Amino acid sequence: MNKVYTKIESIVGNVITVRAEGVKYNDLAMVGKSYANVIKLDGDLVSLQVFAGAQGVKTDDPVRFLGVPMRVSFSENLLGRVFDGSGKPRDNGPELDENMVEIGGPSVNPAKRIVPKNLIRTGIPMIDVFNTLVESQKLPIFSVSGEPYNELLARIAMQAEVDLIILGGMGLKYDDYLFFRDTLEQSGAMSRTIMFIHTASDPTVECTMIPDMSLAVGERFALEGKKVLVLLTDMTNFADALKETAITMEQVPSNRGYPGDLYSSLASRYEKAVDFEGAGSLTILAVTTMPGDDVTHPVPDNTGYITEGQYYLKNGHIEPFGSLSRLKQNVNKDTRNDHRALMDGLIKLYSAYRESLEKKSMGFMMTEWDEKLLKFGQLFESKLMDLSVNIPLEEALDLGWEILAECFEPNETGLRSELIAQRWPKKLEA
Amino acid sequence: MAKTIGHVAGVNGNLVTVTFDGAISKNEVAFVKTGDTMLKGEVIRVNGSKASMQVYEMTNGIQVGDEVEFTGELMSVELGPGLLTQIYDGLQNPLPSLAEKCGFFLQRGVYLDPIPNKDWEFTPTAKVGDKLRPGDAFGTVPEGIFTHKIMIPFGFDDVEWTVTSIADKGKYNVRDNIATVKSPKGEEKKLTMVFSWPVKKAVNCYDERLRPDETLIMKIRIIDTFLPVAKGGTFCVPGPFGAGKTVLQHMESRNADVDIVIIAACGERAGEVVEVLKEFPELIDPKTGRSLIERTIIICNTSSMPVAAREASVYTAITMAEYYRQMGLNVLLLADSTSRWAQAMREMSGRLEEIPGEEAFPAYLESVIAAFYERAGKVRLHDGSIGSVTIGGTVSPAGGNFEEPVTQATLKVVGAFHGLSRERSDARKYPAIHPLDSWSKYKGIIDQKLVNNARNVLFKSNEINQMMKVVGEEGTSVEDYIEYQKGELLDAVYLQQNSFDLVDAAVPPERQKTEFDLLYKVLMAKFDIESKKEVRAFFNEMRQKFLDWNSVQISDERYAKYEKEINDLFKSKVKEG
Ligand SMILES: Nc1ncnc2c1ncn2[C@@H]1O[C@H](COP(=O)(O)OP(=O)(O)OP(=O)(O)O)[C@@H](O)[C@H]1O
Ligand SMILES: [Mg+2]
Repeated sequence: MNKVYTKIESIVGNVITVRAEGVKYNDLAMVGKSYANVIKLDGDLVSLQVFAGAQGVKTDDPVRFLGVPMRVSFSENLLGRVFDGSGKPRDNGPELDENMVEIGGPSVNPAKRIVPKNLIRTGIPMIDVFNTLVESQKLPIFSVSGEPYNELLARIAMQAEVDLIILGGMGLKYDDYLFFRDTLEQSGAMSRTIMFIHTASDPTVECTMIPDMSLAVGERFALEGKKVLVLLTDMTNFADALKETAITMEQVPSNRGYPGDLYSSLASRYEKAVDFEGAGSLTILAVTTMPGDDVTHPVPDNTGYITEGQYYLKNGHIEPFGSLSRLKQNVNKDTRNDHRALMDGLIKLYSAYRESLEKKSMGFMMTEWDEKLLKFGQLFESKLMDLSVNIPLEEALDLGWEILAECFEPNETGLRSELIAQRWPKKLEA
Repeated sequence: MAKTIGHVAGVNGNLVTVTFDGAISKNEVAFVKTGDTMLKGEVIRVNGSKASMQVYEMTNGIQVGDEVEFTGELMSVELGPGLLTQIYDGLQNPLPSLAEKCGFFLQRGVYLDPIPNKDWEFTPTAKVGDKLRPGDAFGTVPEGIFTHKIMIPFGFDDVEWTVTSIADKGKYNVRDNIATVKSPKGEEKKLTMVFSWPVKKAVNCYDERLRPDETLIMKIRIIDTFLPVAKGGTFCVPGPFGAGKTVLQHMESRNADVDIVIIAACGERAGEVVEVLKEFPELIDPKTGRSLIERTIIICNTSSMPVAAREASVYTAITMAEYYRQMGLNVLLLADSTSRWAQAMREMSGRLEEIPGEEAFPAYLESVIAAFYERAGKVRLHDGSIGSVTIGGTVSPAGGNFEEPVTQATLKVVGAFHGLSRERSDARKYPAIHPLDSWSKYKGIIDQKLVNNARNVLFKSNEINQMMKVVGEEGTSVEDYIEYQKGELLDAVYLQQNSFDLVDAAVPPERQKTEFDLLYKVLMAKFDIESKKEVRAFFNEMRQKFLDWNSVQISDERYAKYEKEINDLFKSKVKEG
């Protein structure tokens, strides 16, 4: 079935059509030198999305159907290597075509899943104490350009104890790509890293392949017992690439030009995060930049509905509000008996601090209570929120109590008396 | 009758166009034969000799010319003993059995028997010569803690069927022939314990629909006291992501005072279903003393499972709910999230190139949502017994903005609105139901007059708080400041409830009443306190004591001690007279 067709009927955006028979939906083809996949069948009219873009495609370019869907090679040989969005090497290494596995495969049967229960320590109090990261979690960093989100991503990756790191870069700035490469090399982690990189100057369609390739490979390694961490940055570029195709295909947009299936498209990727019973796990940390710092923008909004929380990186720190780990309750009951209550108590007070701060900025008189809150807020920000802080969870909890004791009377904290009796630091005698 | 056969003419996502020869009907089930797998789908549009099908599976690999087999039957589920404790996908495929067969991953085109093939101890309740109508029982089997009624299939003509033979008491396979009935016209039918029913059709084998006038206790203070739900009623929980919709539904699924809970996880995270799946067998239902899973059915079509089956999943769930209601039971259906189902409709509508409405949702969105919630209800059955189906659905509005089509369409039809607010969840005030914006048309566990008074305290407190933001605390009188603090107290110790605390997670109605009475006294009292500083100290202490009280079991000796301390503190500052 390797018939070559040489009459392209139409070229619109990155989509071409050709009349052909016996073509299967979603199969791969070569259009000239580029891969393409079938995205629509209408009688004998086949629509193909050209990975390298349709720019420069001529109407008599040869179209050859390969009879297989998009696949990626999977073996130990991938370790330390860098590929592009169509699976071709970006480094100087050899092309890999052994043991090809399908990308975008079926999802895990929910009945085969297990409840995630292993904490991943990062040394960052805003994560460990307040928004605990858990193995097999899917979690994005919401941020805006200019914030150190890639640094944060790399830092967590270095600190987390995983067997394998897969970096999926979408619309990545070349400098950022080099940053990741250098950081991984310096820490000696490159030999357990695989990169699928699409940079800002590469063709758009290839951008849409990155998550599927990264996750397909990650999933295989997880099935073989590896703890895999997949880093995806930046998923907003991925969504924008999907939008471009949708518009080319004249789909009715649902919200700010994004297609109605954006939720499903993002979910089918993020839901690849899993802890396999009796085998390994796959954890996803992603970056979602928010156009205009607006969480209600369709990309962060749909992402938030899919992922198991989010870290909201703003002004160089992880914001207590808007950040959330939905799996924290699976693990924070077994860390220390004060973890949950202290976490809630500190956040409630911090929220009150923000209100006092607002009142202050409007020029109101500060009451004694406001003053206490202001003091608390400043200590909280400098000792717990600052991203340069790198301490174990237990130390961070102790620090939390110390800050409370420095600012408040026990009954002002809203914490239960028994816990206070147990944990309240003894004040130094005056 | 020969089955109609067609051929694939086009593929666009999960929309497959088919040319056919012969007769087919809209909403009939058809299979696309691709390689050696059969992919299930439903006809959603017929136009001349072309039919549009939504395929419930991934359509990869389908090619033009593939054969399509029409079944002549509407999308249906099987009903019979053995549904309880099961976990199904949206098409009623039993997921654990599927896992045994296919391993870690879902495999398309594999459809297993939904009702387990097993023997049941059958007791006939009818005898030869009895006249029965569809939905009437002719026998029972014990299904866990329930007496499962074996009924005349709902789809039979609504006439009196005469029992012509019936099996003796004994063990029979679920698919054995156990009775024969005859219609007045002489039509004879063989019955087993299983029959099927088209999911999109409401079951109406009852005498009359009744007003939902009995509170459905959730053991959640803000709901039972302020925003109650009724047996046979409907309610919705809209809220932005992460505001606590799912956690709230899980609380409800554990604590609700009903016989059976059906959880429809529609287009949401698989992990959340797993939590239920692993926890429920371990949790004991205080009402029955048995594990919670024994009263539960889970239907899950999670977000990465095929989109088209999302729609089927909510209908599958409601049909099972109606089935158990027909046995005189109270059933609660919790759907999370109805927005995903609406989005699935939107995707399909887009592919069909229908004229889009607001936010590209189809024009019929509102009527479809209304018809779904309309299937809730409390009914009197032919034998006089009463059953109910209550529906609670979450809504996930884009951008957390309730002014969007799905939320608005839902609000038009439900009896209670539990709106979650981002401000409250950010401040960790759970459950983050907004106490002032939300409403309920149902009757709660506490005298409505008292509830209104308490609500007014909240209103007032909120007003004063707004005002303080303009004039500052210094511009507020001590009296007003007290009123403000009262609202804060009510919020902190009564509206908020910690779902991860052993005791506070579920508060029985009697305890709610006791606590409400005491709190009410505080809210309505005038206090003899001079300065705002003292006011704050007093209310801080009050809050502390209430929280301590909330966290101990009634059987604990500290329960009475804390209660007394609250009373003493109250008496120390209350203005006499
Ligand atoms: N009652 C509660 N008590 C304590 N924590 C809660 C409560 N409700 C929600 N949370 C916290 O908020 C997180 C998010 O809640 P949940 O998953 O229910 O949100 P959701 O509204 O269903 O979001 P989505 O629309 O994205 O599914 C939980 O994981 C938990 O950490
Ligand atoms: Mg949810």
